[in-house]
Amino acid sequence: MLPETMLLIAGRTSKQGTSLNVGKLKDEYREVTSTVEMNALDMVRLGLKEGDKVRLRSPIGETVASCKSRKPEDLPAGMLFMAYGPPSGQLMAGDTAGTGMPISKNLVVEVTPVSA
Amino acid sequence: MSANTKIVENATCTFCGCVCDDMNLTVDLDEHRITKAQNACVLGRAWFTEHVLEKRPYALIDGKEASTEEGVEAAAQILVNAKFPITYGLSDTTCEAQRQAVAISDLIGGNLDTTTSVCHGPSGIAFEGVGESTASLGEIKNRADLVVFWGGNPAESHPRLFTRYALMPKGLHIPNGKKDRYAVLVDVRRTPSAPAADLFIQLKPGTDFEVLWALRALVKGKRVDPGIEEKTGVKLETLADLAHRMKTCQFGALLFGMGLTMTRGRHFNSGALLALATDLNEFTHFVAKPVRGHGNVTGADNVVSWSTGFPFGINFGRGYPRFNPGEFTTVDLLSRGEADAALIIASDPAANFPKPAVEHLKRIPVIVLDPKASVTGQIAKVAFTTATYGINTGGTVYRMDDVAIALRPAFESPYPSDEEVLTAIKNRVRELLAGSGRAGAPAAQKVA
Amino acid sequence: MGSKLRIVKGRVYDPANGIDGEVRDICIEDGRIVESVGADAKKIDAQGMVVMPGGVDIHCHIAGPKVNLARKLQPEDHRYDVHPRTEFTRSGTGGTVPSTFTTGYRYATLGYTTAMEAAVPPIGARHTLEELHDTPVIDKGFYILLGNNVLLNQLMKEGRRDELKQAVAWWLNATRAYAVKLVNPGGDEPWKGRRNSVITDLDENVDSFDITPRQIITSLIEIAGELGLPHPAHIHCNNLGHSGNYKTTIETMRMAGDRRAHITHIQFHSYGGEPGKNPTSMAPEIAAYVNDHPNISADVGQVMFGKSTIMTADAPIAHLLRRLGTDKRWVNSDTECESGCGIIPFSYQEHIYTHALQWAIGLELFLLTKDPWRMVLSTDHPNGGSFMSYPRLIRLLMDRSFRDDQIKLVNQRAIRKTTLADGLNREYTLNEIAIVTRAGPARLLGLKNKGHLGAGADADITIYEEDADKEKMFSAPRYVLKDGKLIIEDHEFRGDNEGRILHVAPAYDAGIEKVIKPFFESYYSIRFENYAVTDAYLRHNEQIPTAKPIAAE
Repeated sequence: MLPETMLLIAGRTSKQGTSLNVGKLKDEYREVTSTVEMNALDMVRLGLKEGDKVRLRSPIGETVASCKSRKPEDLPAGMLFMAYGPPSGQLMAGDTAGTGMPISKNLVVEVTPVSA
Repeated sequence: MSANTKIVENATCTFCGCVCDDMNLTVDLDEHRITKAQNACVLGRAWFTEHVLEKRPYALIDGKEASTEEGVEAAAQILVNAKFPITYGLSDTTCEAQRQAVAISDLIGGNLDTTTSVCHGPSGIAFEGVGESTASLGEIKNRADLVVFWGGNPAESHPRLFTRYALMPKGLHIPNGKKDRYAVLVDVRRTPSAPAADLFIQLKPGTDFEVLWALRALVKGKRVDPGIEEKTGVKLETLADLAHRMKTCQFGALLFGMGLTMTRGRHFNSGALLALATDLNEFTHFVAKPVRGHGNVTGADNVVSWSTGFPFGINFGRGYPRFNPGEFTTVDLLSRGEADAALIIASDPAANFPKPAVEHLKRIPVIVLDPKASVTGQIAKVAFTTATYGINTGGTVYRMDDVAIALRPAFESPYPSDEEVLTAIKNRVRELLAGSGRAGAPAAQKVA
Repeated sequence: MGSKLRIVKGRVYDPANGIDGEVRDICIEDGRIVESVGADAKKIDAQGMVVMPGGVDIHCHIAGPKVNLARKLQPEDHRYDVHPRTEFTRSGTGGTVPSTFTTGYRYATLGYTTAMEAAVPPIGARHTLEELHDTPVIDKGFYILLGNNVLLNQLMKEGRRDELKQAVAWWLNATRAYAVKLVNPGGDEPWKGRRNSVITDLDENVDSFDITPRQIITSLIEIAGELGLPHPAHIHCNNLGHSGNYKTTIETMRMAGDRRAHITHIQFHSYGGEPGKNPTSMAPEIAAYVNDHPNISADVGQVMFGKSTIMTADAPIAHLLRRLGTDKRWVNSDTECESGCGIIPFSYQEHIYTHALQWAIGLELFLLTKDPWRMVLSTDHPNGGSFMSYPRLIRLLMDRSFRDDQIKLVNQRAIRKTTLADGLNREYTLNEIAIVTRAGPARLLGLKNKGHLGAGADADITIYEEDADKEKMFSAPRYVLKDGKLIIEDHEFRGDNEGRILHVAPAYDAGIEKVIKPFFESYYSIRFENYAVTDAYLRHNEQIPTAKPIAAE
């Protein structure tokens, strides 16, 4: 299947917040930060089920994350959401356009289902 | 749970920028645990009750166990011998520790930056361009009858921003709390914060600036092209209605998150929002406030600003502070491969920095101070275990609205505080510099 | 310490002890001035030099929430005026709002050893103390803003006079402040609560309180006296900067009756003319009132040409000035239940009528006031200009020909509206300069160990090399001692010093907490228990005693 281009937003969630208190080297934090939320209809179209893995690729790097569906009215088609963490960092460029701030929201990424 | 417990009243949670100071903690003194955190939100509960004194070495040098003193010696040697040492982090520690970190950077002529640069740094840059009409959180609680949350998800990132400060609470002129307020949420996705708002406006990603600029025009009575809807996904009449609400409220507040600063436009977005709040003061009273993240990131801004004149992205290489985001900010210094040593305090850049920055961090000697195991700690040459601020140490933190609060620790930690470790490093660095005749400012750089 | 020091044969100006340029020795032991020290004492040869007590700034803005906002706002101001590290001192940056370290060192380089931060919202006390700890060399204190305090206003409205007094005393203790400050009394509520409206009349009702600025001013003047505070109510009058405001100023001074009151930056409150139109000078009227009323004191708030930063708890005036200025950056910062705040970058220019008039009015006030002990030097730093411009201001006062040359360079239409046009020929003597820059402010503050060189005084001493150019002379003292410690020697830093926090602790009835606490629980956003500043924030401190409390009349 051809990779599909989507917009990735990285941000905070309460689960990411609570799990980092448990420990950043623990499974819970790893799991939370390597889960990607996707519009449910997009998932159907790409033949993805809850928990299936996708490869996200940007010009900088790539990472693999498990899918979690969101209702179309909550997350528009073509948009992805991920909690901050080492996996989302793999996709971010180091350039900050002179501001100090790298872009972590609205990253253009290619999404490819990873066959199990 | 043992019977040996105590209650710490009015303790402060330092997890997020809300810095709520109304925690009543039940502490099990035998188990060294907080068993209950009354008044805490979900994040605060995890912050307190998941906190355990892990059995970790006081320090690790090249992965080998060492004493704090040995760690201090190794750290001081690294810093004194580096040509371009950088200090980064500081948002999750006390102001007392931050002050020591600034002193070290000054002594070694190093670089100094905080997590502000990857948080509301762009809002700081915008502030320098347009200023800001702002207020303490209590003022919003007492007076705001219109609150607009923009590019943030407080329900998940700052739960008590809603319940304690800005949405639900009753105030002096808001006797009925939520009933007396109109709440608007603006975001690119419908987050768990949306149900709390009376109006949710969903815009297309990366169009915050256009929407804010259109609102500025509408507030000033200028015409806006209806094509705005196609561009931004928001109907012109929705914007016109919001502009009208903002002009006619009694006291309005715009609370904005990193949805503005971490996306296309960055400081332009924050600047547009700050300018909108300023414009509205021609009609009514209006304030704006960046919703700050980590517990004491606002303290870091304050300490660094009063010490140097600048909030972040600072270099002391010439014997005095210079400020230049993009040049002296950490993501840039690392991604360009310039830093040759790093002192990382209470933050975990290896866990959330862009890949090129993390790659360079792995190539240079890194000193880490952290109470817990972290991704950065794993690549450190010297890693100190320190006590957790607010739980095991006292000190000062600043809430997101610049209100300073003194911490009430719950129980003691066997580990030293960040302040103690940094003070020891500072003293050792000073000795080493005096021995090498580098105590003064670089002679060639002295200014007339 | 046990250190002994003798400053030999300097020309001593110590007006508090009636010494006017006598050549004599000053002896120091353990950080204090003493009658004599033994032959083993270290000596500083001060022959041909001028010896004065360290300078005391009665009104400046150097630390706390608003100051730090103003610092962050203006990176460009810092970049042109850097302050490198030395072996003894920390680095920093200058401009009109210097970093804390640079503030302390630069005061020291002018021979100033004490400075008072003049406007802190009480909730900002902890922050202010943190900054003051990082403000080296000088001793320092701060005044808390109580003229727009919601709880105090409620008590006033309900006529609970004794509780009002107890609450004021509680607040001074809780914050470790030095004095009670009023800014635009009653003006915050209309600004924050009534869509940025303003109050202009002393007898106007403050919305939602049913009290007037007059009631606020009168009660706080009385209470400062009743509590026996070393410094009286420190008042920034209503209508700052507005044409015709001299009437408000004179009426405010009248309200004091025969009680003490300090009117700050009085220059900004000495304008005639119609509101909204060009101002005129009413300096002669103001000076005449002050001359005739020994209970009144003031600092001038001189305007100096060049860059300044307007930073004030008077939010409406900053908003108004933004419209007039060229730099459109504006900060407004509301503090719950306590204060407002406005900040704008500003610059005073010689050719602008109003700016030239303000400059001239300041000079008129200096030159027309008969008693320099009660009209002391300030620029309301950084509002009228930086404290770094004090040496130039001193030259304007001491050197008539320099002053006449400067007068020619500014807007002449403005000058013609002032008594400067009549050729005021007074020149301040060194003794008078010592009064307006140290002895006077120290006396007005009730600092008995400062501003003089008598036995028992703090050994805060400045030694200047005489120079016909007084600006040059006062810009760079040869020696500066703080508590007997040599900080500057031969114009170079030789040491550092932390300085003390100066504060008061008037007695109060602890029962008042039962009134204050419920209010906090409802209307503040931090807990009552976390509000008061603890001793941990004082470190080196000196509690200045209050006089025996006077019962209310």
